Amino acid sequence: MNLLLVAEQGLNGLQLGVMLFLMAAGLTLVFGIMNLVNLAHGSFYMIGAYLATYFTQLTGSYVLGVLLGLAGTLAVGVAVELLALRTLYEREHLDQVLATFGLILFFNELAAMLWGRAALYTSIPEYLSGHVDLLPGLRYPLYRLVIIVLGLAVAGLLWFVVARTRLGMLVRAGASNRVMVAALGVNIRLMYTIVFGFGAALAGLAGLMAGPIYVVQPGMGELILIEVFVVIVIGGIGSIRGALAGALIVGMVDTFGRAFLKPALATVLSPAAAQAAGPALASMLIYLLMAVVLALRPRGLFPARL
Amino acid sequence: MNRNILEVHGLIKTFGALLASDGVELEVREGETHAIIGPNGAGKTTLIGQLAGELRPDRGEVRFAGEDVTALPAPARARKGLARSFQITSIYPGFTALENVMLAVQAHAGHSFRFWRKARGESVLRAPAERLLEQVGLGARAGAQAGSLAHGEQRALEIAMALAGNPRLLLLDEPVAGMGAEETQRMIAFLSTLKGGKTIILVEHDMDAVFSLADRISVLVYGRIIASGTPAEIRANAEVRRAYLGEEADA
Amino acid sequence: MNPRKRALVLAVGLLLLAAVPPLAAIFNQPFYLDLLRRIMIFAIAAASLNLILGYGGMISFGHAAYLGVGGYAVGVLAHYGVYDGALQWGLAIGASALVALVIGAVSLRTSGVYFIMITLAFTQMLYYLGISIEEFGGDDGMPLAAKSRFPGMDLDDANTFYYVVLAILVLVLVLGHRLVESRFGMVIRAAKSNEARTRAIGFSPYSYRLAAFVIAGGVCGLAGALLVNHTAYLTPEFMNWTRSGELMFMVILGGMGSTAGPVLGAFALLLLEDLLSGWTTHWQLYLGPLLVLSVLFFRRGLAGAIFGKNE
Repeated sequence: MNLLLVAEQGLNGLQLGVMLFLMAAGLTLVFGIMNLVNLAHGSFYMIGAYLATYFTQLTGSYVLGVLLGLAGTLAVGVAVELLALRTLYEREHLDQVLATFGLILFFNELAAMLWGRAALYTSIPEYLSGHVDLLPGLRYPLYRLVIIVLGLAVAGLLWFVVARTRLGMLVRAGASNRVMVAALGVNIRLMYTIVFGFGAALAGLAGLMAGPIYVVQPGMGELILIEVFVVIVIGGIGSIRGALAGALIVGMVDTFGRAFLKPALATVLSPAAAQAAGPALASMLIYLLMAVVLALRPRGLFPARL
Repeated sequence: MNRNILEVHGLIKTFGALLASDGVELEVREGETHAIIGPNGAGKTTLIGQLAGELRPDRGEVRFAGEDVTALPAPARARKGLARSFQITSIYPGFTALENVMLAVQAHAGHSFRFWRKARGESVLRAPAERLLEQVGLGARAGAQAGSLAHGEQRALEIAMALAGNPRLLLLDEPVAGMGAEETQRMIAFLSTLKGGKTIILVEHDMDAVFSLADRISVLVYGRIIASGTPAEIRANAEVRRAYLGEEADA
Repeated sequence: MNPRKRALVLAVGLLLLAAVPPLAAIFNQPFYLDLLRRIMIFAIAAASLNLILGYGGMISFGHAAYLGVGGYAVGVLAHYGVYDGALQWGLAIGASALVALVIGAVSLRTSGVYFIMITLAFTQMLYYLGISIEEFGGDDGMPLAAKSRFPGMDLDDANTFYYVVLAILVLVLVLGHRLVESRFGMVIRAAKSNEARTRAIGFSPYSYRLAAFVIAGGVCGLAGALLVNHTAYLTPEFMNWTRSGELMFMVILGGMGSTAGPVLGAFALLLLEDLLSGWTTHWQLYLGPLLVLSVLFFRRGLAGAIFGKNE
């Protein structure tokens, strides 16, 4: 097996993992602290991608587009929390699932109405396209490297905030005992809005970073959302550490599976059989992994609550 | 004949840093009414959880009728004849009182993978349930929604459900909790009719109930049984008085 | 409303459904025959979900998977020249039940949010599986080679097919009603109402829930077999997770834990979609908020509103 190929796929896996983490962090926190199942989290991913694309075209500057896109997603997140979600905190999970499902339909259709149903292709600015020679023989796209670095930086920032600041302490406390934190007189409403908005912004960041690599179209959020669910289930609900671990594991397994399963199968099966079974199995891999993890640890690897 | 129906040895249970059960030792003889008392925070809920099978102890063993049931989950223990009632009323509010008890009867009346026959119509379920409701004084309320019953009636329903299936051991968790004086007396009178025929473990705060019903009392303090004996012995026990009954005169 | 009156209303409803084909012929509106047949097929699927969601309280977000398994069982057999209806539909039910057994065995060990996410994830897995199999059209799907063949019945005849679907719907409703009133049904409902109590009296909910899951999966697989015959086209979109959401809405809107609920819900949702899509291509823009509002303010569902509380 070509080591350079493995290294390249390793980086791809890291990149996917980092993006999954950005989405998983927000979702797991919202669930852990507010006990809210938010299916519409994928919509923020999509909104981030669309807004960044729109603002980049509008202003002609990529950086400005990204910043405005992030700000816009944050604004939408806060608006959704204030208008639609407040009533759902007290409701049972079934109601939350159904209501946020309705939100998904709404946002997808809104995107289709504003920008059409066809996929948008967004481009990377000049200074970010191109390749970097990491090792002799290993050329890696600069853009993807930036994503990895940025994602890890955000992960680090998130760790710092959660582990070292007062807000972070409240967040951790809230994740394991919501009622207690409220009883201590903390302004719960404000905390909820902040956490939710931040989570939405992270998802938007993942979306706008993903735009140039994957495509921007209505419904893009839901496809990755389900992978994010797998991440959270594997990592454990309510914990950032779990989100990171789960995201990296899923990112790696999925990437390596798609890259190497077919050739690996081809060594033991006929090429035709490998051709048929390879992609099918690869797409099922992370779900099988989830099933295995659940069999051993029903609450995931690092659950916030025991 | 007078063997132990329940034996608990060295039960240890921690929740993180909290040591809830600190080596509990308990013996309950067949046919006796055994009360477990103790101040708040002594670990009674944790102990009951481990006796009923809802909690797995970290160490130690629970023996029921000579058999080691430590690893057995709650439904299995219930099927073996260990019935319980809950401190906070736990019934099926959407079903009628009769249906509540019929469900409890059903668990002991053959298997439930029956898909066609109407359960409500089965006399093998209905008749015992009606009898049990009569026994606890809810005969007239059989058709009422359990959720609409008065608090005392719901506590009685709990007992009826625990009695279904003719259990060998009744684990009653504060049966008179939240009841007024008159209701409490009625419940005590009813429970005394069960004495002797059934083994009862009674976890209670209400000293009236404890001293009028119990053959023996065990005192739980900070997760350990500090004393176990007849009501007279417990009343006289200095350590118990200090820990629980206070320095005042007899209860 | 007492049980007799309820049964009467239901019977009248079903009679009206039976009257549709001749009426459609008289008024020359074959579209309605088609629409109502489609609604009834989804009502069967919703009824199967009602067992585990409405009565059992299991929030399975992956129920559309069985529509897919059932549909593919029929479609794949037809693709290879096997048109025997009994074989096809038998496989549809059997395969769906088996898939439900596997998914349920893993998922039911979890609860709460985990359960919701896991059932959703497994459905998505099957969806991706369907997309990746090029032989059957990949994500475009493929036309159904021929409708299922039964001796003495021609499913190509719209009326015949309509009555077959109606008969199956009635059968599912009747059997379902018996099931939820049986000993088995009582345990499922008890476990939903109060799990701790159910364990304390001696029932271990897992095996009952798993059995319910399998039954629901099998019935939904049958709905899938009907659906693929109806659309005459096989596509992984049967298993799209938004379809699972639609099924859940049918159960909720119709009224959880009632026999008529899923039928009412299927009618309400699909007629609403039909109506809205007639007005504007962006009908989901309006459906979304409508669904949100219905969850917030109309939780009792249609059955609760029409028949009053308590099945």
